[in-house]
Amino acid sequence: MKILVPVKRVIDAYVSIRVKADHSGVETANVKMSMNPFCEIAVEEAVRLKEAGKASEIIVVSAGSAAVQETMRTAMAMGADRGIHIQTEEEIDPLTMAKLLKAVAQKEQPGLILAGKQAIDGESNQTGQMLAGLLGWAQGTFASKIVLDGDSALVTREIDGGLETLKLKMPCVITTDLRLNEPRYAALPNIMKAKKKPLDTITPADLGVAVQNRIKVLKVVEPPKRKAGVKVASVEELVAKLKTEAKVI
Amino acid sequence: MSILVIAEHDNTALNHGTLNAVTAAAKMGGDIHVLVAGQNAGSVAAAAAKITGVSKVIHADDAAYAHPLAENLANLIAHVGKNYTHVVAPASFFGKNVMPRAAALMDTVQISDIVAVESPDTFVRPIYAGNALETVQASGTPLVVTVRPTAFDAATEGGSAAIEPRAATGDTGLSAFVGQELTKSERPDLQTAKIVISGGRGLGSGENYEKYIIPLADKLGAATGASRAAVDAGYVPNDYQVGQTGKIVAPQLYIAVGISGAIQHLAGMKDSKVIVAINKDGEAPIFQVADYGLVADLFEALPALEKALG
Ligand SMILES: Cc1cc2nc3c(=O)[nH]c(=O)nc-3n(C[C@H](O)[C@H](O)[C@H](O)COP(=O)(O)OP(=O)(O)OC[C@H]3O[C@@H](n4cnc5c(N)ncnc54)[C@H](O)[C@@H]3O)c2cc1C
Ligand SMILES: Nc1ncnc2c1ncn2[C@@H]1O[C@H](COP(=O)(O)O)[C@@H](O)[C@H]1O
Repeated sequence: MKILVPVKRVIDAYVSIRVKADHSGVETANVKMSMNPFCEIAVEEAVRLKEAGKASEIIVVSAGSAAVQETMRTAMAMGADRGIHIQTEEEIDPLTMAKLLKAVAQKEQPGLILAGKQAIDGESNQTGQMLAGLLGWAQGTFASKIVLDGDSALVTREIDGGLETLKLKMPCVITTDLRLNEPRYAALPNIMKAKKKPLDTITPADLGVAVQNRIKVLKVVEPPKRKAGVKVASVEELVAKLKTEAKVI
Repeated sequence: MSILVIAEHDNTALNHGTLNAVTAAAKMGGDIHVLVAGQNAGSVAAAAAKITGVSKVIHADDAAYAHPLAENLANLIAHVGKNYTHVVAPASFFGKNVMPRAAALMDTVQISDIVAVESPDTFVRPIYAGNALETVQASGTPLVVTVRPTAFDAATEGGSAAIEPRAATGDTGLSAFVGQELTKSERPDLQTAKIVISGGRGLGSGENYEKYIIPLADKLGAATGASRAAVDAGYVPNDYQVGQTGKIVAPQLYIAVGISGAIQHLAGMKDSKVIVAINKDGEAPIFQVADYGLVADLFEALPALEKALG
């Protein structure tokens, strides 16, 4: 069974971002970029499934400029076997992203697609669900545990009230949540080996998908800042302030 | 123009987020209908019919909707929703799961987690863990929109909409419900509570969370939350997590105990009215958003606080 893992290159989770002065977006020049943390978890899970003998090949896919190849090499250093880079300079909305991935899936026929639950830059939390819908496959979002069992997958999901377990018919799409696993660091020899793994570059046109963006960003601004508060010297002072000043208790 | 709001519920009661979604829908303009899909969820349909501003409730009652399985629900939402200008739901784990699938089936885009409606096709939403707000204009119909509940007031009770039964669209057989492990709690719901007290890694263990956070929560009538670090370490269940990728809360009072204040945590609580931070590290970033900061060892401060509250 092949596993397809879409990975997105994003501004690193621990970078404090800056909004551009012209409000057109967020500053990305000279900013540390990394693999979206939820995609890292997806790659890790795929590698573990392969190590457990449940998968034969792991294919990573990423859409974006040439720079995303670096992110794909990271995935390969973690254990993915090859990559498909969908070359595009344009911003793509999640629906278009799902259409691109659908076309890749139809070509590669994976038994499982493991995506991140959300990209931490745009925070759409849509692509995996849209992809499952377009393919007519089952979906297991926000997974914290995956057990593959023949032609079905048991997926434990993080939901509003706790955890839920679903049985999904395979092939299916699963999106990862934080508690699924802890991604490994790639060892140096594996980073070297990853450089030699196959990586194909294709275009959206090769996949028969017209790049569309039906969501136009008009403006990006900084959120209003909270005004600085005060330090209190004691528990008694805190209680007094909450009672008489803030009036919240 | 008419707008379809998808009700979130447990077949017994309407989830509060639905009321916030109705308020957001009202700002988009047009007639508001609510879709209730469930099994034996008549009480939910009745509650939805009483929401002010709702002119019709569409009720699909079928075993396929006994649990909110995305595959079955999205088919129904796409079938009913294609006749509307907007299809709206709360940006809860429920809405996040089902709505994008329904959008894809209708070949339309989704605008996730909006905090303001500028016009029927233009919305404001946080990105980058709330460190930026983007205004987006979307094209296509229907527009699928998920709504951040804390950004909109709850719609009130006062309507008397007609309830119209609707045939189910069937069971896809793609997924089946196996079981659930819901966190039991007598305390108020995290997302609607007036006071939230959250604990972080500073607590050191689940036992300490029980011993130091719970009595204070009981005294204040507060809901209990946590940082990701506290959930990852197993101090508390996953549904306690407040933050960018957990729950978004905006209570009157948020008390962060032993939490450093990483941007991903702030993303989930910085719209609280009053923030209190208790942390032994005076330099912790949580103090930059706290109205009242107490630099102290939580193991001494919390028992003292409990006592001071009388
Ligand atoms: C993709 C992604 C998503 C994430 N999503 C979330 C999310 O939704 N929510 C979230 O919370 N985090 C999230 N995080 C994690 C986040 O970056 C931080 O790692 C996390 O919030 C830290 O939790 P913490 O503050 O409890 O732990 P720490 O950062 O370790 O802070 C512990 C604090 O406790 C204090 N302390 C220790 N002992 C005591 C004592 N005795 N008395 C008083 N104070 C004490 C310390 O001074 C310290 O400030 C996410 C991270 C990533 C990468
Ligand atoms: N440009 C991209 N290239 C590859 N995968 C992507 C891309 N954008 C989104 N994805 C996948 O979709 C997931 C969810 O992203 P989103 O729906 O944008 O929040 C990510 O974690 C990736 O797995």
